[in-house]
Amino acid sequence: MENFGIFAILISSILVNNFVLSRFLGICPFLGVSKQVETAFGMGMAVTFVMTLAGVITYFVQKFILVPLDIVYLQWVAFILVIASLVQFVEIVLQKISPTLYQALGVFLPLITTNCAVLGLALLNIQYNFNLVQTIFHSIGAAIGFSLAIVLFAGIREKLEIADVPVPFKGFPIALITASLMSIAFLGFAGLV
Amino acid sequence: MKPFKALINGLFKENPVFIQLLGMCPTLAVTNSAINGMGMGLATTAVLLGSNTVIAVFRKFIPSKIRIPSFIVVIASFVTIVGLIMEGYFPALYKSLGLFIPLIVVNCLILARAEAFASKNRVISSVADGLGMGLGFTWALVLLGAVREFFGTGNIFGINLLGESFKPALIMILPPGAFLALGILLAIYNAIKIKKMAKA
Repeated sequence: MENFGIFAILISSILVNNFVLSRFLGICPFLGVSKQVETAFGMGMAVTFVMTLAGVITYFVQKFILVPLDIVYLQWVAFILVIASLVQFVEIVLQKISPTLYQALGVFLPLITTNCAVLGLALLNIQYNFNLVQTIFHSIGAAIGFSLAIVLFAGIREKLEIADVPVPFKGFPIALITASLMSIAFLGFAGLV
Repeated sequence: MKPFKALINGLFKENPVFIQLLGMCPTLAVTNSAINGMGMGLATTAVLLGSNTVIAVFRKFIPSKIRIPSFIVVIASFVTIVGLIMEGYFPALYKSLGLFIPLIVVNCLILARAEAFASKNRVISSVADGLGMGLGFTWALVLLGAVREFFGTGNIFGINLLGESFKPALIMILPPGAFLALGILLAIYNAIKIKKMAKA
């Protein structure tokens, strides 16, 4: 993926290599905050913001701190610290700007820290040897892909609430099977880029 | 909590995958074969043991306001250690688990145990809890990996069971198969639970 143009990176990270449905990153919020479209959308926005910032900041941390000082083995520890502080920052800002959204996102906001999509994105950017522009577009694409998946999924789950599901399948099992069907649909994008 | 009870708790009654639904990313992502599931499970167990021990030892010294960042640093350090060991001694497994080794840092299971158990209990119980939860996670991953590998390739642990004439359902080792297999396993688990409750 190293030599791809930014458009290809965008399409690939939104559709072909969708973070949730084909890379399995960010499954916890995907299953946890997808009961209503509105909260799912809020979560998507919060994650988009954190992911884009985290992608850029970790790029600089890698390039100007870890590599020059020859301490790349501390990469995982350094990245998770950057992400944890960022989430704290977003939480404080959101509490001031939109208390309703803050209430709605509830426990899942601090959980963005342990959302593997964010750390996974930071590590993938480094693995693919992206430059700054590619990093930005890959981060935005991945975040849009996450939001798209979670909002679509929430839409389906809202309908599932009133569906007549066999008792053992109620709740998580049927949600997982729904996710499986969505994942099959997204497989259709394979080979697009 | 008594150490032995804490150990058994994680294996069945509060199984991280089937009951608590924690650590779903690695559960779904690496279970395309039984051996990968086992590798991920054991690596997670090692990290969980280390982090639970250290956090239980220092539980009285960690200020509660910055406990989450402190836990994460402890966990990240253990993941780095486990990652380096795996890279050195099991390079093939390290390569096939790939990105999901550093992502053990953000496995909600580990942080959840640190917060809910190790920061409140004695060291010996915390070690037992880490071991129980870790092994509970491991057997769930091996089961899921074995089911997917069986239907997706006809093998279990790389040993062919169904012979040449079997046409594998490739979808089971692709991403959709992970969601499908876990969904059906959970439903089976629920069905058993409902039957037991009806009897009682």
